[in-house]
Amino acid sequence: MQTSRTNPSLTVFVATLLAFAVLITALSEGYGTGHLSTSFIKTLGKTLCLGLAALAMDLIWGYAGILSLGHMAFFALGGYMIGMWLMYARTREIVEASLSGGGLPATPQELEQGIASQIFGVVGGSDLPFIWGFAHSFPLQMALVVLVPGVLALVFGWLAFRARVTGVYLSILTQAMTLALALYLFQNESGLRGNNGLSGLQNLPGLADVDQATLSVWFFWASAAALGLAYLLISWIVSGKFGSVIRAIRDDEARVRFLGYSVEGYKLFVFALTAVVIALAGALYYPQAGIINPAELAPTASIYLAVWVAIGGRGRLYGAVIGAAVVSLLSSWFTGGRAPSIPLGFGRLDWVDWWQVLLGLTFVLVTLFAPKGLGGLFDALTGLRSPNRRGAALGPDQGALQEREAQK
Amino acid sequence: MTALLEVSGVTVSFDGFRAINNLTFSIGPAELRAIIGPNGAGKSTFMDIVTGKTRPDSGSVLFGDLSRSLLKMTEAQIARAGIGRKFQRPTVFEDQSVAENLTLALRAARSPWRVLFWRPTAQDRGRVAELAEQVGLLDHLARKSGELSHGQKQWLEIAMLLAQEPRLLLVDEPAAGMTPAERDLTTDMLVEIAKTRAVVVVEHDMEFVRRLNCKVTVLHEGAVLAEGSLEHVTRNKDVIDVYLGRGE
Repeated sequence: MQTSRTNPSLTVFVATLLAFAVLITALSEGYGTGHLSTSFIKTLGKTLCLGLAALAMDLIWGYAGILSLGHMAFFALGGYMIGMWLMYARTREIVEASLSGGGLPATPQELEQGIASQIFGVVGGSDLPFIWGFAHSFPLQMALVVLVPGVLALVFGWLAFRARVTGVYLSILTQAMTLALALYLFQNESGLRGNNGLSGLQNLPGLADVDQATLSVWFFWASAAALGLAYLLISWIVSGKFGSVIRAIRDDEARVRFLGYSVEGYKLFVFALTAVVIALAGALYYPQAGIINPAELAPTASIYLAVWVAIGGRGRLYGAVIGAAVVSLLSSWFTGGRAPSIPLGFGRLDWVDWWQVLLGLTFVLVTLFAPKGLGGLFDALTGLRSPNRRGAALGPDQGALQEREAQK
Repeated sequence: MTALLEVSGVTVSFDGFRAINNLTFSIGPAELRAIIGPNGAGKSTFMDIVTGKTRPDSGSVLFGDLSRSLLKMTEAQIARAGIGRKFQRPTVFEDQSVAENLTLALRAARSPWRVLFWRPTAQDRGRVAELAEQVGLLDHLARKSGELSHGQKQWLEIAMLLAQEPRLLLVDEPAAGMTPAERDLTTDMLVEIAKTRAVVVVEHDMEFVRRLNCKVTVLHEGAVLAEGSLEHVTRNKDVIDVYLGRGE
């Protein structure tokens, strides 16, 4: 198969992921020895979802060269869409149970009213906004998980790419998009409970008798499967001529136009595809997190996504996943208060406060001195190295990039 | 003989400066043409107009048997209609192999969906090898094109143009930065290509133009100053005044 030939990491990645999933299951509370706590299983499951988001980010930034700093908006939108169904269906169960106490079965109107006041009482409402119109149906709401972020990405991308907005201007525009969306969702009138967000998402409707220890392993498996499938899909996309076209767009988009390719069409395709992949990642992430609120759409969330990919090494898919996993796990360790503080003569260095500084410094250092990121370690292990030309052009004849420069 | 490309009465101004002034130009379906002119004569702007990069203020640009107007088309649509362009500095995708570069250019469907599911057939591979052989790069198919010498990159770009199977080729200073031996080869290539399609060469180097041995159009201040054989235009008094007589 061409994909595995041009992407030798594919087999290794899938095998590693599988081994990891088996190991974690064996150590879990739900299915194994219980060495790992349920909350840690959830953290690992969430990390896999973040890896999936980073994978999509690598496709759009590392391969197509579009530095979108708004993709976490799609992640949160995916979460909101699944959250609406989870919250509606779960509330319905509770309301049904309480209404049936009267002896008579509840009428649909009573039921609807009960659900609406349960969900929206917190923001002083008692009617379901029309955007909740599909929340009663699992398949319809699942379709929205894909459609809402997908259509938003198509409309936004179409406007931005058609106007030939590129480079840093596009990055700023995507930041504005995610910020605007966050500010909108913060309002109670947006119909998604304002700054309260959606909560109780860890409880799956109809599975009240399944405990969280078991559920966490299910979600962990689903996240691992999604990551594996997405890795397969994106490897396949970048290994063929499509990958060649988007890398060409990254390097010289004007030239690609003169070859007859519609650059805008390709960018739009990649933008929307990655938005959908990230939305699915979000739809798997938030049931494990249990809660979603508009702060998840903050511009910094999308910047973190870019930082993970940069530290992991962009332009190589496994690098993005490793970057997301390492940085987000370290981040939760440092900010979780478990990292020991370092006493300095004049005060104490608390990692909760200083972790972000450390992360920022790491980002700068990686960008300057190790542009291949963590993924570059694999190159070092296999004896590949890049010629260090300090940005000089690949000159003619003797000066041209020589094959031997790339080997030890 | 009907013209393949007909540019008539085209005018373009940038901030009040008339880069192209009422330019009229036409070329037949299998013709080699050299465009010469001093710096700022409008040679590059002319190419930009034909390839859709710059929109003229007035005038018309018609192409092909059906005389389709190019003015409403995007760069990509014009390229698909059959106009290929070679830039002055070699622009190949240096991070990709020679074979990948040629495959990108190969005449095939260009829409994202079709490209996503496109896989090379034996025929496509054969065509890539054939093109590479034509420009002497058959042994370098698997190499990254960034490793090629300057002259080889120029040829790779010419091969990419041929892979597109255009009906009209616009070539900007193909001999710039080449060794004399590479120049001779390039001349032969262009003459050979022009037997089956239209080729417009923009060139500074008179010696190179002499070797092409074709009809010459002299541009000056955005308009055609003279047209004819090189002998003819070099005897033209206006041409001598503005171009050749500058003590070069």
